[in-house]
Amino acid sequence: MLQFPAWKMTLVVAVCLIGILYAVPNFLKTEFGANLPNFAPGKRVSLGLDLQGGSYLLLKVDLDVVIKEYLEEISMEVRKKLRKARVGYSKLGSTGASVVVNIRQEKDFAKSKKLLDDVDPNCEIIFDANGSVKITPREDALNERKLLALQQSIEIVRRRIDETGVREPTIQRQGTDRILVQLPGVDDPERIKALLGQTAKMVFRLVDMSKSVSEAVTGRVPSGSELLAPLVESAGDPALYLVKKRVMVSGEHLIDAQATFQDGQPVVSFRFDTSGSKRFGKVTSENVNRPFAIILDNKVISAPVIREPILGGSGIISGSFTVKTANDLALLLRAGALPAPLTVLEERTVGPGLGFDSIEAGKLASVIGLCLVIVFMVIAYGLFGIFANVALFFNIVIILGALSALQATLTLPGIAGIVLTIGMAVDANVLIFERIREEVLLGRTPISAIDAGYKRALTTIIDSNLTTLFAAICLYSFGSGPIKGFAVTLAIGILTSMFTSIMLTRFLIVLWLRGKRPNSVPI
Amino acid sequence: MLKPVRFVPAGTKIRFVDKRRLAFALSAIILLSSVFCLTSLGLNFGIDFRGGILMEIRGSGEVNIPQIRDKLSTLGLGEVSIQEFGKKTDALIRIQRQDGAEKEQMAAIKKVKDRLGDIFDYRRTEFVGPTVGAELKEAGIIAVCLALLSILIYIWLRFEWQFSLGAIVALSHDIFSTIGLFALLQYEFNLATVAAILTIAGYSINDTVVVYDRVRENLRKYRQLELSEVFNMSINETLSRTMMTSVTTLLALCSIYFFGGEVLADFALAMIWGVCIGTYSSIFIAVPILLYVKLKRGEGDYSGLQVPEDER
Repeated sequence: MLQFPAWKMTLVVAVCLIGILYAVPNFLKTEFGANLPNFAPGKRVSLGLDLQGGSYLLLKVDLDVVIKEYLEEISMEVRKKLRKARVGYSKLGSTGASVVVNIRQEKDFAKSKKLLDDVDPNCEIIFDANGSVKITPREDALNERKLLALQQSIEIVRRRIDETGVREPTIQRQGTDRILVQLPGVDDPERIKALLGQTAKMVFRLVDMSKSVSEAVTGRVPSGSELLAPLVESAGDPALYLVKKRVMVSGEHLIDAQATFQDGQPVVSFRFDTSGSKRFGKVTSENVNRPFAIILDNKVISAPVIREPILGGSGIISGSFTVKTANDLALLLRAGALPAPLTVLEERTVGPGLGFDSIEAGKLASVIGLCLVIVFMVIAYGLFGIFANVALFFNIVIILGALSALQATLTLPGIAGIVLTIGMAVDANVLIFERIREEVLLGRTPISAIDAGYKRALTTIIDSNLTTLFAAICLYSFGSGPIKGFAVTLAIGILTSMFTSIMLTRFLIVLWLRGKRPNSVPI
Repeated sequence: MLKPVRFVPAGTKIRFVDKRRLAFALSAIILLSSVFCLTSLGLNFGIDFRGGILMEIRGSGEVNIPQIRDKLSTLGLGEVSIQEFGKKTDALIRIQRQDGAEKEQMAAIKKVKDRLGDIFDYRRTEFVGPTVGAELKEAGIIAVCLALLSILIYIWLRFEWQFSLGAIVALSHDIFSTIGLFALLQYEFNLATVAAILTIAGYSINDTVVVYDRVRENLRKYRQLELSEVFNMSINETLSRTMMTSVTTLLALCSIYFFGGEVLADFALAMIWGVCIGTYSSIFIAVPILLYVKLKRGEGDYSGLQVPEDER
């Protein structure tokens, strides 16, 4: 027992010192931490959103829209090819995951087969004897599109959130169609949710002047045109617009947008890239004195009349804006359009007040729990209880150090995990001490009793701790956010407590044995 | 020097195993009432699993709950429950899942905030959509089953299969009765509850393993002794440790319950129950049940391991 190899001593002391070194920044004032030399670990435990306050949003990207758009692209291509070759067709459209079309006349079958064979290299094309054609995009092509849309969405979400000025947002992909957004310090995410809730596809389309809106409403809407509602309903503007379906210029070409004022009214100014400028110039030159609709997500912002060709590539969107809506629109245009709509699947927002209260309550519970356990251990085991308490103290220090070093997130349930560890960490020592008591009763000398106590208790300690560790791992793999934090502190606590309660107490007891050479064990 | 106090005196000999029929009857009653509570009352699932909206608000003074209820009742949000939360100034608003998809839920949050206005501090807003709720439920069930399975396999590897059977019976007993308690008290069953159940599983098995370790050791030491004697001896020898660890863990848990804030209180309560039932089951269920499985004693030595005469 008295042999406690030097390397073990060094290890115990080193681990405790490293633990202190990493834990200390948590107790220093922030300003002080900034002045530390570079080699010192200055990281603090990173607090979860439930403790520091903030907003957690789980978003779903509606990727079905992406597939639908892809199929529409294909049918457009099919229409173009067949028309160009003057092949009669019917029933062109998409069903589920494919585009179908019927070739009317048998004489065209061979010709159309040749035409459509190369409509899209990523498609499976099946012709049947009756002249019906089925074009199905391959699985991998679809997945590639979906992945691309997801990546684009993440990028756009990041840009939009960055524009709002939120500090250190976390935006992560989750699964195949989800985005996890964490916004520290945001206690009212309504604006961000509103910003993320729009795809913000802006297009410029000509207003159809061939019929009045009321004629179109009561009668037939001309093919190639559609009726669209205004973005903001206001008294001066019409309730509906009749707009041509063809997109003249799309928002992809925008390179900048800013909210400004024109005649005292909030407006949004924009600028196109070179190709956008050219097209915008051409369209405006050819359509002077006609109204030009500016459309956002299929709603008309406004439809001003083109007074003169706009050749410089920049212009102004006026509409029924307030300063806030003009700012938001400019932000959305700058950040770009989402490839698919987003929905919020889950939201958890904690205000700074509750977070602060939770930290305070957690601290109080930890300190009181610690004191109770410490007192109880001294009552039950006397001097050995003090050894166990020293180990317990270092256990908590090392947990804090490990959390800081690993930058694991501490959540409210995580604090519960630490307090629980305080209660359970002494278990290993209890096992050892009880065993020592038994060995003493069997008549062993102090040194041999202590030695046997440690040896015999070891397998039990490992067995019982490993099973709890399994539970913690299951918890980690299942849990989201706060619960994960609980699993992490519990797991770290199990590992550190095994170290402190076996190695550290043994070290202390060896020192005591060497110094005192006792005749009996005070246990 | 401080004189240590022995809470369980050395040489304690309580005949636990002889009381097994009483314990089995008690456990049967607990389990049957759990089944009854689960089927008749059901679990009060929180928004984590059911989907819905939860808001914690704080007013500048005492919150007037009937007034808030009046204000929200005209919004047509369906079932809205409002209760005081910890302090007189705080209230918890729970709103059932709205018909329709996630968009409708978002609209409901906005409506409530608009109606109640700025006089309240919105300390917490949680919303779980129907999709995520269903997923969390599934993940929770998988996690509990996975935990049970991995523990079962570990015990099986470290001990003989008979022990692993006893451990799982005891563990399921603890988990099931905890779920039953939640049904009886109609406490909210949420993610934190599942976390508590998994931790209870860890704790309970920890306790059982310690006693089993001693049983195994004594089985090797005292080959001629009757099984129930060996069991009684093993339980008594580990009794002091069992009590000590339960008490330190309970001290920590009570500290969370009383001082850790309202959010953790339910979690702590579940754990307190779990520690008590876990300790009880390791002594009264896990060990006596070993009498009824064909326990192997040493290499090829099958003598004296039969079920006692009166138990057959």
